[in-house]
Amino acid sequence: MRFHAMRGSSLAVLACILAGSLALSACATMGGDDDTPGPDGSSTADARTPLATGLDPATTLDPFPSTYRGLPRENMAIVGGTVFTGAGQKIENGVVIVTDGRVATVGDASTPVPGGYRVVDARGRFVTPGIIDVHSHLGVYPSPGVQGMSNGNEATNPNTAQVWAEHSLWPQDPGFNTARAGGVTTLQILPGSANLFGGRGVTVRNVPSVTMQGMKMPGAPYGVKMACGENPSRVYGGRNTSPATGMGNVAGYRAAFIAAREYKAKWDKWREDGEGSPPTRNLQLDTLVGVLDGSVLVQNHCYRADEMAVMIDIAKEFGYRITAFHHAIEAYKIAPLLAREGICADMWAGWWGFKMEALDAVEANAALVDAPSGSCAVIHSDDAELTQRLNQEAAAALAAGRRIGMTITEERAIGWITLNPARSLGIADQTGSLETGKRADVVIWSANPFSVYARADQVFIDGALTFDRANPAYQPLSDFELGQPGYGQAAATVPQGAR
Amino acid sequence: MRLKSLILGAACAAALTSPGIPSTAWAQSLTAITGGRVLTGTSVIENGTVVIQNGRVVSVGTGGAPVGARIIDARGKVVSPGFVAVDSGLGGIEVSSVGGSDDLRNGANSISASFDVSYGLDPWSFTLPVARLGGITRAVVVPSHAGGGGGGGGHAHDDSDFAGVGHGGYQSPSLFAGQAAIIHLGPDLEGGGADILVKPRVAMVAPFGEAGAGIVGGARGAQFTQFKESLAEVRLYARNRGAYDRAGLRDLSLSRADLEALIPVANGTMPLIVTVRRAADIQQVLRLAREEGVRIILDGAEEGWLVAAQIAAANVPVLLNPLANLPGNLETRAARMQNATVLNAAGVVIAIKGNDGAHRVRETRYNAGNAVSHGLPYDAAIEAITVNPAKIFGMAGQFGELRAGAAADVVIWSGDPLEPLSNAETIFIGGAEQAPTSRQFLLRDRYRDGGEGALPPAYTR
Repeated sequence: MRFHAMRGSSLAVLACILAGSLALSACATMGGDDDTPGPDGSSTADARTPLATGLDPATTLDPFPSTYRGLPRENMAIVGGTVFTGAGQKIENGVVIVTDGRVATVGDASTPVPGGYRVVDARGRFVTPGIIDVHSHLGVYPSPGVQGMSNGNEATNPNTAQVWAEHSLWPQDPGFNTARAGGVTTLQILPGSANLFGGRGVTVRNVPSVTMQGMKMPGAPYGVKMACGENPSRVYGGRNTSPATGMGNVAGYRAAFIAAREYKAKWDKWREDGEGSPPTRNLQLDTLVGVLDGSVLVQNHCYRADEMAVMIDIAKEFGYRITAFHHAIEAYKIAPLLAREGICADMWAGWWGFKMEALDAVEANAALVDAPSGSCAVIHSDDAELTQRLNQEAAAALAAGRRIGMTITEERAIGWITLNPARSLGIADQTGSLETGKRADVVIWSANPFSVYARADQVFIDGALTFDRANPAYQPLSDFELGQPGYGQAAATVPQGAR
Repeated sequence: MRLKSLILGAACAAALTSPGIPSTAWAQSLTAITGGRVLTGTSVIENGTVVIQNGRVVSVGTGGAPVGARIIDARGKVVSPGFVAVDSGLGGIEVSSVGGSDDLRNGANSISASFDVSYGLDPWSFTLPVARLGGITRAVVVPSHAGGGGGGGGHAHDDSDFAGVGHGGYQSPSLFAGQAAIIHLGPDLEGGGADILVKPRVAMVAPFGEAGAGIVGGARGAQFTQFKESLAEVRLYARNRGAYDRAGLRDLSLSRADLEALIPVANGTMPLIVTVRRAADIQQVLRLAREEGVRIILDGAEEGWLVAAQIAAANVPVLLNPLANLPGNLETRAARMQNATVLNAAGVVIAIKGNDGAHRVRETRYNAGNAVSHGLPYDAAIEAITVNPAKIFGMAGQFGELRAGAAADVVIWSGDPLEPLSNAETIFIGGAEQAPTSRQFLLRDRYRDGGEGALPPAYTR
């Protein structure tokens, strides 16, 4: 988050005079009103007049605020199950105490259950943190994927850092419900990869909501989707514009961060000395300045090892961090480098061969990336079907690692779809593991989640039951699903869940 | 790792008599796989013994191993027939985005029904070992068709399909996409007998629903009319070939090659794979098939469960992906995970597909497992990836089943083959043991230790 101390009143007057007629009315009505202390505690009695509403990026950091409140919840104790905490522990016959939507205690069978708590019997079942999918296009490429609904790629310019996926997000996408039935409690919804800078992603709680704001995760940092490789160069090269090549891609990233550095310097200078007109707010550069100051996380679609290494150098050139490489098909080739740099690799286990940069995929990618200390291996989906089975994708990745003799426990591998994705989104202090104080995002599985036969029986988000495979009252349907062919008909006499 | 001996005359003769055995089938020593849990395709035998020789299964049962046999101890393991992929593009495409490597996608107008994928198959394709490690030993390779398998199938990966057309953007230029072939996945690359073709021209492919309508002009009614007109032309041509060759027949809209290719479809001897999704379209297609005397196989059939009884009554088999549960477009609004379960319960013969044409065919076994977790009986799921596809494509008893006389396509698994945690450990195709490796395994092993040794990874083979 970026806060800036207010400036002296004399400078503000000067700014008002120089800012032109639009700003003058703001000066007239607001001058001298801002008596509140700045975040640094300094008095702002002598502060310069703020800019007109919406013109100062520093005062509009959260223009589409979350209205997420969580569903009705009760204090509970989930007892008797095999608990994978997500943080590396496995507890047989474990107890998970949930108080006010937060994990209060996780322990063995001797853990006392407070009076008045609902007891959820998980004997014979498995308990994990809610699954987090760091790469989803639900809502922006929704079902149905028909004309008029495809809103994921603002493929009109190689740099569209100014667009925000949340403004394309259709909360009625039935895919949110099916993902939840697969245990997914948190998702990052990203723009597509047509552009070098595709725009901001948004992290959502996977609860049914009429509005995007009702899903938006409070306090989760924004991410910006960047894309390496074939997609941007194909799209823009195909239009005889830059970038048409990998080197064109890199020139594009660098030019954008040069512009962002300049823009940031202008604002910093104006805030510092108040001389001249304030810079004109630029949504595209606001996002990139967010990258430079660390408030916007870089979520970088990048397949090839050599391209990831170049992106790491660009980050160093301009002084920012890359949080995660997505679709990191070749991450296994530079696993030690990624661990040293503290960059997550977000991967599939089974996808390959659909283009040249996906040619060198190996199923053991996650296992190999996971091996060095300090690593952050993540299994992601990018797909409305795969997101329903991230546990199985993790199982395939685990099996591939074990096949080459790697010793990887299930309690560690579950971290690839829980705690590590939380780190990849900058929300690991909030969710991703069953640890005291975190949001009680919990899945109770019918069997070991590394089995193809395991189904999510109950899914809790912030301690609230959001899905129950045995109870139709907790199998939400989106508006779109009402009254469609097959609506209301049981497809078979097996517990259905979602679709 | 290949274990082969000289081809014996007897084996050679046997191979030539059966299209279920590759013509390159090589004989090998008597082998007995003992002690495993044997899934024959139609039943389960605990502590079973599978004996193979000369490319074929000799016996399956509970008896001991024959004297002199090589013994493979499968105690604690599961033995299954090799799985049969349907709606695949294996061997017909390498990299989806590289058009030159895609021999499933045909844009010619004058070669449509006559398009024959068998000429474009590559036994050296790196897709084959990858699928094989998923237990796939035979495959039906189909031409690309809208929304279906082959090169046009699957999803737009990593949102790289910017046209926003959703699933299966490829549109064939004609009502008929061409003819499918059956392959095996055990090419004898070192022995020079690399042909993987088991049988060409086993089925015709035609998209219906939105995709089919789009070819004709947008409306389903136009497509059905044109379809009937095309078959009428075929029948006219078949009755008047001589006149046609003398230019004594009225002009026909199809090329001569296409007319010829469609004769077996029109007379009901070659099945027509119909890609169709919407329940209403399925009903119409069933009626069309009845009226025209065409033998059909439904492909996709996401809304099939709504009309399961009608599909069963028509005795029409279905190729489906049990993971398809989202309304990807307005013709799959009733898509459900339980589709396979309902169709099977109604008595429909189903075959379960993989997740794209070529690269994710190895996930066929997981798809079967997910069908089980949504109500399909386990035995039915195994049938849907073994005996059923063989039956649907006229190969019953020849492969896809562990029974005496069938091709010795045998996979030994570390556990339940439908589980991602299980590995295919030993794979026989036509009796030949396959090397348990792939290009992916070579890459994996090269970087196994982090790739930061003194010498660059390029020095590691």
